[in-house]
Amino acid sequence: MKAAVIVFPGSNRDRDMLMALERAAGKPPLAVWHGDADFEPVDLIVVPGGFSYGDYLRAGAMAVHSPIMREVAKRAQAGVPVLGVCNGFQILTEAGLLPGALLRNARLKFVCRDIHMKVETAQSLFTAGYESGQVVRVPVAHHDGNYFADDETLDRLEGEGRVAFRYCTAEGEFDDTANPNGSIRHIAGIYNETKTVLGLMPHPENATDPQLGGTDVAALFDGLVAALH
Amino acid sequence: MAEAKNPEITPELVAEHGLTVEEYARVLAIMGRAPNITELGIFSVMWSEHCSYKTSKKWLRTLPTEGPHVIQGPGENAGVIDIGDGLACIFKIESHNHPSFIEPYQGAATGVGGILRDVFTMGARPIANLNALRFGAPDHPKTRHLLAGVVAGIGGYGNCIGVPTVAGECQFHESYNGNILVNAMTVGIAPTDRIFYSAAAGIGNSVVYVGSKTGRDGIHGATMASAEFNEDSEEKRPTVQVGDPFTEKLLLEACLELMATDAIIAIQDMGAAGLTSSSVEMSSKGGVGIELDLGAVPRREEGMTPYEIMLSESQERMLMVLRPGREDAARAIFEKWELDFAVIGRVTETGRLVLTEGGETVAEIPVAPLVENAPEYDRPWEPTPPSPEIAAQDVPARPADEALLALLASPDHCGKSWIWHQYDHLVMNDTVIRPGGDAAVVRVRDTSKALAVTTDCTPRYCYADPVRGGAQAVAEAWRNLTATGARPLAATDNMNFGNPERPRVMGQFAGCIEGMGEACRALSFPIVSGNVSLYNETSGKGIHPTPVIGGVGLLDDVTLAMGIGFPDPDLTILLVGETQGWLGCSAYLREILGREEGAPPPVDLDAELRNGDFTRMQILARRARACHDLSEGGLAVALAEMALAGGIGAEIPAAPEGVPLHAWLFGEDQARYLIATKNPVAVLADAEAAGIPVVAIGRTGGEALTLPGSAPISLTALREAHEGWLPGYMDGK
Repeated sequence: MKAAVIVFPGSNRDRDMLMALERAAGKPPLAVWHGDADFEPVDLIVVPGGFSYGDYLRAGAMAVHSPIMREVAKRAQAGVPVLGVCNGFQILTEAGLLPGALLRNARLKFVCRDIHMKVETAQSLFTAGYESGQVVRVPVAHHDGNYFADDETLDRLEGEGRVAFRYCTAEGEFDDTANPNGSIRHIAGIYNETKTVLGLMPHPENATDPQLGGTDVAALFDGLVAALH
Repeated sequence: MAEAKNPEITPELVAEHGLTVEEYARVLAIMGRAPNITELGIFSVMWSEHCSYKTSKKWLRTLPTEGPHVIQGPGENAGVIDIGDGLACIFKIESHNHPSFIEPYQGAATGVGGILRDVFTMGARPIANLNALRFGAPDHPKTRHLLAGVVAGIGGYGNCIGVPTVAGECQFHESYNGNILVNAMTVGIAPTDRIFYSAAAGIGNSVVYVGSKTGRDGIHGATMASAEFNEDSEEKRPTVQVGDPFTEKLLLEACLELMATDAIIAIQDMGAAGLTSSSVEMSSKGGVGIELDLGAVPRREEGMTPYEIMLSESQERMLMVLRPGREDAARAIFEKWELDFAVIGRVTETGRLVLTEGGETVAEIPVAPLVENAPEYDRPWEPTPPSPEIAAQDVPARPADEALLALLASPDHCGKSWIWHQYDHLVMNDTVIRPGGDAAVVRVRDTSKALAVTTDCTPRYCYADPVRGGAQAVAEAWRNLTATGARPLAATDNMNFGNPERPRVMGQFAGCIEGMGEACRALSFPIVSGNVSLYNETSGKGIHPTPVIGGVGLLDDVTLAMGIGFPDPDLTILLVGETQGWLGCSAYLREILGREEGAPPPVDLDAELRNGDFTRMQILARRARACHDLSEGGLAVALAEMALAGGIGAEIPAAPEGVPLHAWLFGEDQARYLIATKNPVAVLADAEAAGIPVVAIGRTGGEALTLPGSAPISLTALREAHEGWLPGYMDGK
């Protein structure tokens, strides 16, 4: 699998993502500077976490106007898988590649801690390494992770099996105490229509290394490598 | 103050600049004439307590600063130690107390920004941030607001720049009602052959300004930090700087990119006293002069005077001396990161700081006397009268379970996750041991190693007995590192005190330094960098003496890093060290009996060294499954923290004879650790052979902590007590 991690001014989990991808793929992915819109063809594009452009104006709002995002959108439409994590998820919604928006956390504070989320469906490129309904532990670290969309959009997402992950308790129950940011219907991640674009708030790249206390999400990267090699 | 362009230098104006009559006489002697306003401003900030250390220098010199692994001790932007593999660890702690009281979010945020710059100026990539916070009494009307703002500010800056905030401490006491403490520490890693210093060199070389533009913010910040507060302090809000972590992230990446080339001869961040202190430091260290064209300084406001440009404390700026001919390559890097880059001057052979504007000289000061003839004081001091020793038998006993729950729910000893959940402690993907334990552990990329990092101080002890308290702060930092399996290497100190012009306060300073020095020497734990914050005093009321120690230790094998949580049931719990049951000045005495009195526990440095080395050896031999040092709240609180961290209970059947039960459980005797092990026989045999006092006190297991003579306390009850107080308090309960 050849992956590219897009680096904006202010990206800060680009290194974490490069590490996780290299760990899974056995070779270093490309780090693509936002000014380099004509980067070589790749099997997977990742928009990593951080504070692109300082989150000024609105998280992700400035990055969308970078030429490289037009290129990412073009390749996504051509079927190249795209993963957006945290600030990357915010950018993908701002870019219209995914529906809805990420609002300020319900408690109005930055939150960094381990949470649990349920794999809603194993029927995707990104979750082939899981069972549907499996619960995984993964950290979050964000200030604006409160997913919101109108009821019609949410019903459509659910009807089309496009809710990727939901926040839950360690036992897999949905309740407000397990939802770190107030996301509507406990949504932690969603797919586009073709399930080739995934946006999620938690940080899978921080949960693939046994030394760091959890490997629950290594299967996501391993699954991608298996599917895209 | 600087309204008129060239005001007459009156005695009032001199006094407003914080210079005494004697100090001003010294200025006249150096200049051979009256200074103009810009020159007066430069002397004022360079000779402020904050920049000159004029009160503390005499005492700081007595601290041990050398060791076989020390590459750079105090005097540069940060301390540097060798950690092997061709890598150096660069670290320092710094206060931002006064600004954080006035404007908590920006004060704390720019404190983080400033210490990050100190570290990456030297060529290091920052890998961990820490902090040490002190607030006033919880029922003081400002405390909640200050705590919320400071935590948001620390998080706001650190989270955005993408450096994990991995450890810290936070306590409350009424002595901080008018002067909170915000100390921030950064730890970074650099190749030992690519460490950057600030000495300017090469006559004719370009002096380059990079980063943000200069505005009018923060003028006189250094002077503000060198005087007491009074009722009008909130009017000082304009002296607080405004931080922009996004720009600092760009500056960090641009500097590290340039540092990978050979373009830089010297580099210095613009922190307190901005362009003044950076240009003076660089020329003074290099023994050269510097000429600056102030018209070339990038600025964001119209009509700034030379005085304002030189004294601005606008953030996210650096000054560099470049190798000849490297300007264009350097400019290209900074333009890629969309940062200002301007050649604003050159290195000269005159030994003078010369400032010009529009071709005219607006200030000219000989640098060597400005730095070397700075005032230095040996202020009168008086020792703190000894506090009475309190015998354990004379301290009333309360039921152990009730006392433990009350301690765990007290502001100083409750869980602080409400704070550190607001800090991104995982970014960079190297955090092996997260906040909440003894020390945090972060991996050193591309090696098998890891660093343990901690901040510690027990101001109550320092107030009762500065010498003992100073030694205890060092010993506790050393123990916290040791409890993770790390070998403590070196420390940084943040000396927070009241008004040094009062002999009692000066005596606290001298006493703490004495104790710290003794402990650092005994433990081979040199102080390689630090910061002094005096005048933490409002309307004549000073803070408790608070010498915060930031410690760094090294684990050669990251897989050996030890946490505090009980990982399994059926482990034997061993107590390392002597327990006499010292309750004087203890958390038990304060929180349970409402008495803040008595002499603090003695610090036996020989025992610290032997017990610590023994404990570390057991961890490295993979005999320990969990380890925790004993500090405030003693054995009972340590057991509860280990049980909560691992989610597994413990049973302690009986206390030894000869020590009152409450003193055994809550005494704060030093040099002690708890080890949970599967192999107590081997550990006890080693202990006997080495002459280390170690006893088995109980076993892990179950869902409760059972103390001798008490009913089991469920983990749920412990957790509610421990985790409940701070969120409840912040919600206004």
